[in-house]
Amino acid sequence: MTMGILIFLLILMVSCFFGGIVIRTKSVFAGRKGPGIFQPLKDEWRLFRKGSIYSNTSSFIFQIAPTIYFVSILLAITMIPLGNHAGLISFKGDFVFFAYLLTIGKFFNIISALDTGNSLEGMGASREALYSMLAEPAFFILMASFALLTGHTSFQGIFGSLHFYTYISYAVGFLAAFVFVIIALIENSRMPVDDPKTHLELTMVHEVMILDNSGFDLGLLLHASNLKFAMYGAIISNFFLTPGSELYYTIPIFILTQVLFAVLVGFIESFMARFRMNHNPQYIFTLTSVTLLIFLGVMLMLGRIV
Amino acid sequence: MWLFRIYQNNMENFITLKNNQTIPLQDIPVLAYPEFLELNISFVKEDANHCVNYYGFPVLDTIKLICCIADDVKQKIYVSSSVIKKDRQEPITSFTARKLCFHLFERELHENFAIPYYDHPWLKPVRYPIDRPNQENTIANYPFYQIHSEELHEVGVGPIHAGIIEPGHFRFICNGEQILHLEIQLGYQHRGIENLFISSKKILQRNILAESIAGDNVVGHTTAFVQLWESLIGFRPDNKLVYERTLALELERLAMHTGDLSAVCTDIAYQLGGAVFGRLRTPIINFMQHWCGNRLSKGLIRVGESNFPFTMALANELTQVLDAYEPDFMEMYKEMKSLPTVLARLEKTGVITQKQAHRVGLVGMAARASGLSRDLRSSHPFGLYPGVLHEPVIKNHGDVSSRIQIRKEEIIQSIIYIREWLKNIPEQEKQPTVLPMPTANTFTISLVEGWRGEICHCAVTDLNGDILHYKIKDPSFHNWLAIALSVRNNEISDFPICNKSFNLSYSGHDL
Repeated sequence: MTMGILIFLLILMVSCFFGGIVIRTKSVFAGRKGPGIFQPLKDEWRLFRKGSIYSNTSSFIFQIAPTIYFVSILLAITMIPLGNHAGLISFKGDFVFFAYLLTIGKFFNIISALDTGNSLEGMGASREALYSMLAEPAFFILMASFALLTGHTSFQGIFGSLHFYTYISYAVGFLAAFVFVIIALIENSRMPVDDPKTHLELTMVHEVMILDNSGFDLGLLLHASNLKFAMYGAIISNFFLTPGSELYYTIPIFILTQVLFAVLVGFIESFMARFRMNHNPQYIFTLTSVTLLIFLGVMLMLGRIV
Repeated sequence: MWLFRIYQNNMENFITLKNNQTIPLQDIPVLAYPEFLELNISFVKEDANHCVNYYGFPVLDTIKLICCIADDVKQKIYVSSSVIKKDRQEPITSFTARKLCFHLFERELHENFAIPYYDHPWLKPVRYPIDRPNQENTIANYPFYQIHSEELHEVGVGPIHAGIIEPGHFRFICNGEQILHLEIQLGYQHRGIENLFISSKKILQRNILAESIAGDNVVGHTTAFVQLWESLIGFRPDNKLVYERTLALELERLAMHTGDLSAVCTDIAYQLGGAVFGRLRTPIINFMQHWCGNRLSKGLIRVGESNFPFTMALANELTQVLDAYEPDFMEMYKEMKSLPTVLARLEKTGVITQKQAHRVGLVGMAARASGLSRDLRSSHPFGLYPGVLHEPVIKNHGDVSSRIQIRKEEIIQSIIYIREWLKNIPEQEKQPTVLPMPTANTFTISLVEGWRGEICHCAVTDLNGDILHYKIKDPSFHNWLAIALSVRNNEISDFPICNKSFNLSYSGHDL
C-alpha cells in the first residue's frame, strides 16, 4: 500500500516537469534559451485559479468532461507498478481495465468537443477518435504477448516476472518500449501525428478540441496531457527495471528513463515535420505490425513455434 | 486569321505605352463597348499578354473604362478605353464570360458603379466601399456558394486569422478531410486608400499613403508610386535614386522570401527550419533599420529625393550581412530539402497547373512556379533592371515545393545582383529641387515587380494637374483565386501551407 502511494506520487512528480523538459529541449535545439522546466506547471497553476467560461450552446457534458478526463487518467496511474511492486490498484486483467479507463476519458473529451457545435472541434474530435482507435490493437497485442510470456495477467505480475527468463526478454522489452513511446506520442497528440505548437485550427488534432475550454478546465486538460506522458514513461521504465532490486536503484532508473523519454520527445519534435494527415493512419497501424513481431518473439521464447 | 484581322482593323483602337510613360488622356482611343470587349479579349488570347489593370472612374454622367494589357514579349502596354452611361439599366456583356482573368476587375466595376452584366458568373461584392451603390450588400450577408448534401460539411475559418495577421473569411466545403471547394471573402481591411490619394493634397502625405498599402511590400508600392509621380511631373531621377530604390526592392525580396520559408517550415511543424530561416531574415531587415531607421523600409523612398543616401559604409555593412547570410541559408535549405518528412508535405500539395495559372491571370512568383514567365524585371524593365538582363526563375510543377524552390533561387539571384551593384555606388548628381505640378489631363501607368509579383499603379490627372483618379493593383488581387483553386482535392489540414506558399496580402487586396 505504501509502495502504491509512493509510485503514485512519483508519477505525479514527474508530470510536473515532463512538459517543461520537452519545451526546454526544443528551445535548445532551436538555438533559444527557453523557459524554465517548471513554466508549464506555473501556467497551469495560473489557470487553476481562474474561473471557466461556458458558451450558451454547450450543455453540462462540456462542463463535466474535463474533470472526467483528468480523473480517468489519475485512476489509470494508480494501476502502474514499479518493478515487482504493485500499484495502488492491482488485479488480474487490470491492463484491460487500464486501457478502457483511458478510453472513457477520451470518449468524454470527444463528446465535449462535439457538444460545442464548432465545425473545427468536430473535425479534431473525428481525427482523435480515429487515431486512438488505430493505436488500440497495438497496445492489446503487446500486453497479451507479455501475458502469454509470463503467465500473469496483471501489470504487476507481468513486469515482476518479465526479466527472469532470458536476455531476449530485454530485446523484446526494448521493442515494447519503442511501441509505447509511439503510443504515448499518438495518445498525447504530439509530433509527428499532430503539432502541439501550431496556431492553425485546420491542422490541429487535440488542441482544436479544447479551444472552447478555459480557466480551471483548461488547466485540468493541460495537466492531464503531462500526466499521460508521465504514465506512459512509467510503463516504459518498467521494461528496464530488474525485478527484486532495491528502491535506491529503482527510483533513479525510473526518473532517468522519464527524463530521457522527455528529451526524446523534444528531439523528435525539433528535427522533423508533421506527417500529412492521410499518412497518419498508415503510420499508426505500422505499430500493430511491430507488436506482431514481439508476439512472434514471445512464441519463439516459449518454443511454441519452430 | 481572325485574330490577325482584329489587329489590322484596330490599329488605331488602342495606344501603345512603355512602362512609366505619361500620355495625354485624350490620346487613349475611346471605343464603343462591344469593340472594346473584342479588342481586349483578343489581346489576352495570346500567351504573352495579360491584363495588368482594368478599371473605371466617373466622368460627368458616364463611367470611363480603361483597360491595360501588358505584352511581355514586345515590352509594351496596350491601353484602350470605353465609356458607359451611369445608371445604365440594360445589362452588358462581360469580359469574364469569355476570359476568366477579368473576373475580379468586373466584380469591382459592378460593385463601385452598379454596371449591370448579364453573363458574369460571380457578381459578388469585393471590398464594400462606403459609397457603394448597393448598400444592401454587407459583409455579413455575403452570398457563399453552397452545396447541399448529407455527406458534405462546411468549415468556416476567420475573419480573425489564427495567427492574428490580417482578417479574411475562408469557407470550405469538405468531404471528410478533403476540400471540394473554397471560397474566400475579403474586404475587412478596406480603408479607401485610392480616395485618400485624391483627398490628401501634399506629396509627402501621398508618399506615406503608398507605404501603407501593404506593410510587407513597402518598397514595391512606394517605388511604383514615385515612378508614377516622377513620370507625371516629368522628373528624371538620377542614377543614385534609381540605384537606391532597386537595391531596396531586392533587399525586400530577400527578407520576405526568407521569412516565407520560415513560415512554411513553422506550418509543417519543422521547428529547425522555422527557427533558422527566421533568424536569417532578421539581419537583413535590421540592415534596413540602419539604413533608413525602419525595418520595413518606411521613409526610404521619396519622390525626387532621398533622405537616406546609400554610403560606402552601408555598402560594407551590407556585404558583411550577406557574407554571413549566404552560407547559413544554403546549409539550412539543403538540410530542409533532404528531409523526407518535409518533402512529403510540400510535394504535389496545392498544385496550380500552367493552364489554370493562365486562365486566372496569375502574376509574380506564383505564376513563375506554374511555368508562366511573368516577371516585370525582364518584360517591362524599370530601375536598374535594363542593365542586368534579368532571367526569370521558372518552375513547372506549380505545387508548394515549386513555390519554395522559386523563393530560394530568387534569393540567390538577388544576392548576385546586390553584390554586383555594391561594386560601384553612383554619386548623387542632382540636388533636390522644388518639384513641379503634374501636367493636366494625363494618364500614367507604372509597373513594379515586388517580391510577391506585379504591382500596378495608374493615375489620371484633372484640368488643374491634380489627381483625378488613382488606381492601385496589388498582385494579391490576381492571385487570391489561385489559392482557392489550389486547395481543391487537397486535405483541409494542408490549406495553411498552400496559403503560406502564396503568402498574399489582405490589405493589398482590400485597399
